[in-house]
Amino acid sequence: MNLDEALHTFIAESRELLQNMEDALLNIEQSPDDVELINAIFRAAHTIKGSAGLFGLDSMVAFTHVAESVLDRVRNGELKIDGGLVAVMLSTCDHLVEMIENLASGREPDADIAEKSRAIVSSLNEYLGGAAIMSTSVVAKKELEQSCTREGGGEVETDLWHISLRFGKDVLRNGMDPLSFIRYLSTMGDIHHVVTLLNAIPQTSEMDPESCYLGFEISFMSEADKATIEAVFEFVRDDCMIRILPPRSKIADYVRLITESPEEDMRVGAMLLRCGTLTETELEAALRLQRGDGSEPTRPLGEVLIDAHMVQQPVLEAALDKQKQIKEQKSSDANLIRVDADKLDELINLVGELIIAGAGSSLIARRKNDAEQLEAMATVSRLVEEVRDSALKLRMVQIGATFNRFQRVVRDVSRDLGKDIELLISGAETELDKTVVEKIGDPLTHLVRNSMDHGIESADVRVANGKPAKGTLKLNAYHDSGSIVIEVSDDGGGLNKQRILKKAIERGLVTDGENLSDREIYNLIFEAGFSTAEKISNLSGRGVGMDVVKRNIMALRGTVNLDSVEGQSTTVRIRLPLTLAIIDGFLVGVGDSTYVVPLDMVVECVERAAWDNAGGDGQYLNLRGEVLPYLRLHEHFEVEGEPARRENVVVVRYGEQKVGLVVDRLLGEFQTVIKPLGKVFNRVSGIGGFTILGSGDVALILDVPGLMGQVVTGNERSAQNLDSMRMLN
Amino acid sequence: MNVIVSNEGDVFQIRLEGEMTIYNAAQIKEELISAMAQGVNSHQGIEINLGQVSEIDAAGLQLLALVKREAAEKKLALQFVAHSKAVMEMLDLCNLAGVFGDPVVISPV
Repeated sequence: MNLDEALHTFIAESRELLQNMEDALLNIEQSPDDVELINAIFRAAHTIKGSAGLFGLDSMVAFTHVAESVLDRVRNGELKIDGGLVAVMLSTCDHLVEMIENLASGREPDADIAEKSRAIVSSLNEYLGGAAIMSTSVVAKKELEQSCTREGGGEVETDLWHISLRFGKDVLRNGMDPLSFIRYLSTMGDIHHVVTLLNAIPQTSEMDPESCYLGFEISFMSEADKATIEAVFEFVRDDCMIRILPPRSKIADYVRLITESPEEDMRVGAMLLRCGTLTETELEAALRLQRGDGSEPTRPLGEVLIDAHMVQQPVLEAALDKQKQIKEQKSSDANLIRVDADKLDELINLVGELIIAGAGSSLIARRKNDAEQLEAMATVSRLVEEVRDSALKLRMVQIGATFNRFQRVVRDVSRDLGKDIELLISGAETELDKTVVEKIGDPLTHLVRNSMDHGIESADVRVANGKPAKGTLKLNAYHDSGSIVIEVSDDGGGLNKQRILKKAIERGLVTDGENLSDREIYNLIFEAGFSTAEKISNLSGRGVGMDVVKRNIMALRGTVNLDSVEGQSTTVRIRLPLTLAIIDGFLVGVGDSTYVVPLDMVVECVERAAWDNAGGDGQYLNLRGEVLPYLRLHEHFEVEGEPARRENVVVVRYGEQKVGLVVDRLLGEFQTVIKPLGKVFNRVSGIGGFTILGSGDVALILDVPGLMGQVVTGNERSAQNLDSMRMLN
Repeated sequence: MNVIVSNEGDVFQIRLEGEMTIYNAAQIKEELISAMAQGVNSHQGIEINLGQVSEIDAAGLQLLALVKREAAEKKLALQFVAHSKAVMEMLDLCNLAGVFGDPVVISPV
C-alpha cells in the first residue's frame, strides 16, 4: 500500500464516518439522551482526527480536536444536547466534508477554509469552558487511581508519560512516516523530551534505505488517557514495539521496559534518565531490582517479569478487553468489501450471456429428446436462474440511505422557511438498483423542497385552517408489480385546480374549454416553464424543476404523476423499473415474430374467442364488467402473415391502468436479458429493447407503458375522426 | 532529488535538492555514498548543503544519520550546512540538532 492508496482509504472512510455523524446528529435532536448516538458522533470525530494526524493534516487535526473536546463534554454529561449545539455540530460536520473533498481533489486548504474553520471553532469554543480540560484530566486521573490502588507504592515521581517506540522495518514501505506519529502526538500534549535512536541503522553496505531502523524514547505531558495515546499508534501496532507507561508507573514497569528493549540495559536506563522520566535514584533502584536485589545470586529476569506481570494482571486484562472490543468492531466492518461497480456490471453482463447460452443448450436438448440431458439442463437452468438473482441482488441497495439524507434537507429548509416540518420515512428497506438510487436523488430533492416551500403552509395559516401547526412530509417506498414506487406526500394546501388551469391556458398548454380530468390538470405542472407559486423564493417557484424532475424520471424508464386534495394534501408518485438489465419475460408469438412482455406486468391471459366481438365495440373489451382497451399487435407492428385463428389476449397492467394485447400464440416464460436498441431505433416507441432467444432468433421487448400511451391516444384519435365524420354527414 | 557535487576552494560540497523521502531514498543513498567516496579521495572537509531540501521524512533522516556515522568512522570532517526549513523542523521534532552537532542558523521568523 503506498501513501496515495492509504490517503484514498482515509478519504473514503472519512466520508462514511461523516455521513454516520450527520445521521446521528439528526437523530439526536429527538433523543438527546441516547448514549449510543453520542458515542457514534464522538467516535466519528475521534477517528477522523486520529487518521488525519497520521497524514500530517494539521489543520484538520486542530479543527477536529476542538469538536472532539466539545463532544467529550457531552459524553461526560457536562453538556446537554440542544438545537444550538446540534446546529454547530452540523456545520462542523459540513466543514469537515468540505475539507475532505478539498483533500480528495488534491488542493491545498485555502484561505476560505481556514477562515471558516476559525469561525466554527470560535462558536465551538462557547461550549468549552475550563471544564473541558477538567473532564479529560478526570479520565487520566481515573486511570492513575487504578494503577495506584492495585500496585501500591514504589512509584516514580514524574508526572510524565513515557513512550518507547521501536518501529518495524516495513513501516516506511507501508506508507507511514514515523515522524508524523510524533508530530501527531505533539498535538495531544506537550512532548517534554525526545531521544531518537539511530544506532539500529546497520552498516552502510547492509542498510536498506527503504527500511525503517528508527526508535524513539519520548517523555510526554498530556491529559489524554492511555487508550487515546495507544490509538495514535494503532496503524503500526502490529509490527512495532510500543511501550506506553502512564505517569507515576511502578518502578517495576520501567524495569520491564529496560529489559525488553533491544538495546543494552544501561543505555536504556541512561535514556530514561535523559528523558527525565526517571531520577537517578529511581534508576538505580530499578537496576538493582533487576539484578535481584543484590542479596540473592542473580535472580532470573523472567521472574522479575512474572512478578511485574502478576501485579499488572488486572490492568492488562482491562487493556486486552478494550483491544478485543475494538477488534470485534473492526471485524464486523470487515464483513463488507468495496467492489468496483464496473466489476459488478461485467458480472451481470456475463450472467446475461450465460442465460442466453443456457437457453440455447436447453433448446438442443429438447430437440434431441434425450431425457437425461433434459434433466441435466433443467438443473443447470435452475442454477443459472439463482446466479442471475443473486448477481442482480448485488446491485440492489436499500433506499433508506437516500431517504435519510432528506432529514437534513428538511431540517435546514424548514429552518430557512421558518416552518415547523416533520419528515416521516417508511419503506426504507425497499431495495432497488444502485444506478437508479443514484439518479433518483436529485429529482427527489426537488420534490421535497417543492413540497416544503409551496405545499406546506406557514404555521399560522395551518392553525387557521384547523390543522396541527407542525407540517408533515412523508417519504414512502414500496414494490408494486415489477416496479418500485416512491411517494413524496405532504399535508399542505394541495394544488389549486383553477389556478393551474388558468396558468396553463395563459401559456397555451391547453385551450379554453378543453375538458380535463383532475389528474390531467395536476400533471400539467410537470410541463416546462410551469409554476403556480405567486411568490418566487430562492428554493422553488421559478418554473424550472418539475419538468426536469419528469425528464430525469423518464430517462430511467419511469413515470411520475401527482394526486392532490385541495386544502389537504399532495402526493407525488414516482414509479421506476426495478432493474435495468435482466427480467423475467413472457414470450408471445405474433405471425412469425416473437415478442417479450415483462412478466411482472402480465395479469392474465384470456382466449380472444371468449368475447367473439360481442363484448366490445372494436375499441374495448368487456373484462368481467371492466372496460379494457386493447391493441392488436399483429396490426400494430404490421407483422406479415395471416393472424392465427385462435387469438389470445394478454392482459397487462402498469400502474392503475390495464390494457389487453392481442397476440397469436402464447409461448410461456423466458428469462430475458435486456439488450438496448441501437441509436437508429431511439425514436421507436412501444419497444424497450431486444433479447436473443435460445435458437439465436431476436425477440423485441415490448415497452408496456409506451404501448399504453399509444392505445389511449390512438383510441381518442379514432374517436375524434368518428366525430368529424358525423359532422360531415 | 538531485545530488550535486562541487569542489570549490578547500571545501568539497554535496548539495541535496528536492525531496528526501521514502520515494527516492534508494536513489539518494546510492548517489550520496558515491559522492562521499569522491569526497574522501579529495582529502578535504565535506559539507552537505541541505538548503534546497523541500521535504524530509524518516527515510531521509536515516540517510543523514548514516552519512554522519560513516564520516565519523572514516574520521572525516563532515558538516551539514544551510539547513532548510523542512530539515530544521525535523531536527527539532526528533531533538537531533545536538546529536548531529552542526551549527544551524536559526531564522528570525
